[in-house]
Amino acid sequence: MHSRRWVLAASYTVLVMGVLVVVGPFVWQALTSVKSFQDSVRIPPTVLPSPWDWSGYAKVFELMPLGHQFVNTVLMAGGRTIAQLIFCSLAAFAFARLEFPGRRFFFGLFLVVLMVPSQLFVIPQFLIMQKLGWLNTIQALIVPGMFSAFGTFLLRQFFAGLPRELDEAAELDGCGPLQRYWRILLPLSKPGLIALAVLTLLWSWNDLMWPLIVNTDPEMMPLSAGLAALSGQHNIEYPALMAGSLMATAPVIVIFAILQKQIIEGIANTGGKA
Amino acid sequence: MTAPASVKAPPSRRASTSGSEGPPSRRAFTVRRRSEARWGLVMIAPLGLGLLLFYLWPIAQTFYFGFTKWGPFGGSEWTGLANYERLLADAEVWTALRNSLVYTALVLLGVPVAIMFAALLNQSRLRGRGIFRTLYFLPVVTMPSAIAMLWQYLYNGDFGVLNQLLALVGVDGPSWMSDPRTAPYALAVIGVWMAFGYNLVILMAGLQNVPKQLYEASAIDGAGPVRQFLSITVPMLSPTIFFVSVISVIGTLQMFDLVYLMMPPGSPALPAAQTIVHLFYSTSFVKNDPGYGAAIAFLLFVVIALLTAVQFRIQRRWVHYA
Repeated sequence: MHSRRWVLAASYTVLVMGVLVVVGPFVWQALTSVKSFQDSVRIPPTVLPSPWDWSGYAKVFELMPLGHQFVNTVLMAGGRTIAQLIFCSLAAFAFARLEFPGRRFFFGLFLVVLMVPSQLFVIPQFLIMQKLGWLNTIQALIVPGMFSAFGTFLLRQFFAGLPRELDEAAELDGCGPLQRYWRILLPLSKPGLIALAVLTLLWSWNDLMWPLIVNTDPEMMPLSAGLAALSGQHNIEYPALMAGSLMATAPVIVIFAILQKQIIEGIANTGGKA
Repeated sequence: MTAPASVKAPPSRRASTSGSEGPPSRRAFTVRRRSEARWGLVMIAPLGLGLLLFYLWPIAQTFYFGFTKWGPFGGSEWTGLANYERLLADAEVWTALRNSLVYTALVLLGVPVAIMFAALLNQSRLRGRGIFRTLYFLPVVTMPSAIAMLWQYLYNGDFGVLNQLLALVGVDGPSWMSDPRTAPYALAVIGVWMAFGYNLVILMAGLQNVPKQLYEASAIDGAGPVRQFLSITVPMLSPTIFFVSVISVIGTLQMFDLVYLMMPPGSPALPAAQTIVHLFYSTSFVKNDPGYGAAIAFLLFVVIALLTAVQFRIQRRWVHYA
C-alpha cells in the first residue's frame, strides 16, 4: 500500500514542523540563558553560545527577589490547592450524594460563579483585602482562590460516576455521611482529586492579574508578577531574563512531566479552568 | 458540556435509593433523613460561605458600582447611568472591544489547524503520539510572564530571531511589538500558539470516542484520508469542536496577561492592541476609577453572554450529536 505509507510520512513531516514551531522558542530561550550579554544582542544572532556563560542564572537573583517570590508562589499555589481539595470535595460529595433542602438552589448559585467572568468580582475582592488590611500579604494571594465553583463541579461529576451501591452498603453498615465521604468516596476518587489538584496548582502558579492587584511590594509578589515587573523595567539583560523565566517555570514543567497523564485527562474531561 | 469520557452515566438515582431501603421504622427513616440534611448543609457551608463572600456578593456589588462614581478618597456617589452613557461615547472602549473580537476571530482560525493535527495524531499506525502531545502542550503549562519575555526577545526589531529569519528571504521586518500596525497580529500569533496545545488535547480526547469501524467501513468503500477527514472526523467530532470554540471565545475575550506583559504603559502600539480586560484593569486599578471599570466589566459580561448564546443557536445547524 504505497498511498498509506505516503500518508504516514506526510503526517510525520507536518507533526515535526509543528513541534519546531511550538518548541523552537523554548530552545531559543534555553540557549539565550547561557549566552553572554554581548552574544544575546549580536546581529546577526548566533545559535550556539560562545562561550557558554552561566552568569545569567546568578544575575537574575540580583535583579529580583527570586527566592522570596519562589516561596510566595509555592505558598499561594499550595495553599489554594489544599484548601480547594478540602472545600470542593466536601461540597461535591454533598451535592452528589446527599439530600438536603435547597440543594438545587445552592448548586445553581455555584454555577452562576462558574459562568461569570472574573472581572465581575475582582474590584470588590480587592476592597475586601484592603479593608482586612491584607494588601501585600500572603493571605491576600491565597484566600479568594481557596474557593472554587469549578472544582466543586469537576468533583461532583466525578463522584456522581461512582456506583451508588457503595454508599448504600456503607450506610447499612452504619456509616454516617462523613464516614462515607472520608472512607468510601475519597479513596476511590484519587484520579479526580489529582486532576483538580494539578489544574489548580497550574493556574495558580501562573496567575497574574490578582497578584498584580493585591501585592505591589516586590518581596510579596509571586514569580509571575515578579517577572512582569522585571521586564517592565525595560530590562535588556536577556540572558538573566531568560534564566529567570526558565527557573520560574521549571517546577510546573517537572510536575507536568510526572503527572502529564492526569493533567491532560483532567483538561480533556473538563476543558478545565480554575 | 461534553460528557467526561471517564465518567459513566450515574446509575440508580434517588428514586431507587429510597425504594431499596426496605421498610425500616418510619421514625428511624426520618432521623436518618434529618441527619443527612444537616450534614449536607454543613458540608457545603465552608465553600458556600467563601463563594458568597468573595464571589456572589461581589458580583452584586460590582453591579452597584457601575452606577457610581468614586472620589479621590474612596467612597462612592450614585450617578445613575452616567458611566454607561460615558461608555457608549468612549472610543477607547470600542477600540478595545474591537481588538478583543479580532483576537477571538484569529484564535478561532487556529482551531481548524488543531483539528487537523488531532486527526493526524489519531492515526492508529502513528507512533510517538504521547511525545507529540506533550511537546505541543508545553506552552499551556508555561508561565505567561515567561512566554511574554521570550516572545518580546524573538520579536525584537534589531536582534530578534524572527527578523533574522525574515532577512534570509530578503524581508526587512518591523519592530513587531511597538508598531501599531503589527502589534495586534503579533499578539494574536502568541495567543494562537498558546491555545494550540490546549485545544489539541481536548480534540484528541473527542476523537477517542469516534468508532474505529466508521473508518474501516469507509476505507472499504474506497474513501481516502481527506474524504474520511471531511465525512467522518469532522461531523463525529462536531460536539467537541463546538465545545472548543465556545471555550476559546470565552477565554480569548478575557485576554489580559499578554497585553499587560508585552505592552508597557505608553507603548505607541497600546491603543491599537489593548483588550477590553486590559482596559478594565487599567481603569479600575491604575487610574483608580472602579465605578467606570465596573461598567466596562458589565459590557464584557454582556458581550460574552451574547456571543455564547449566538454560538449555541448556530450549533443546531452544524453540530451532530450521535
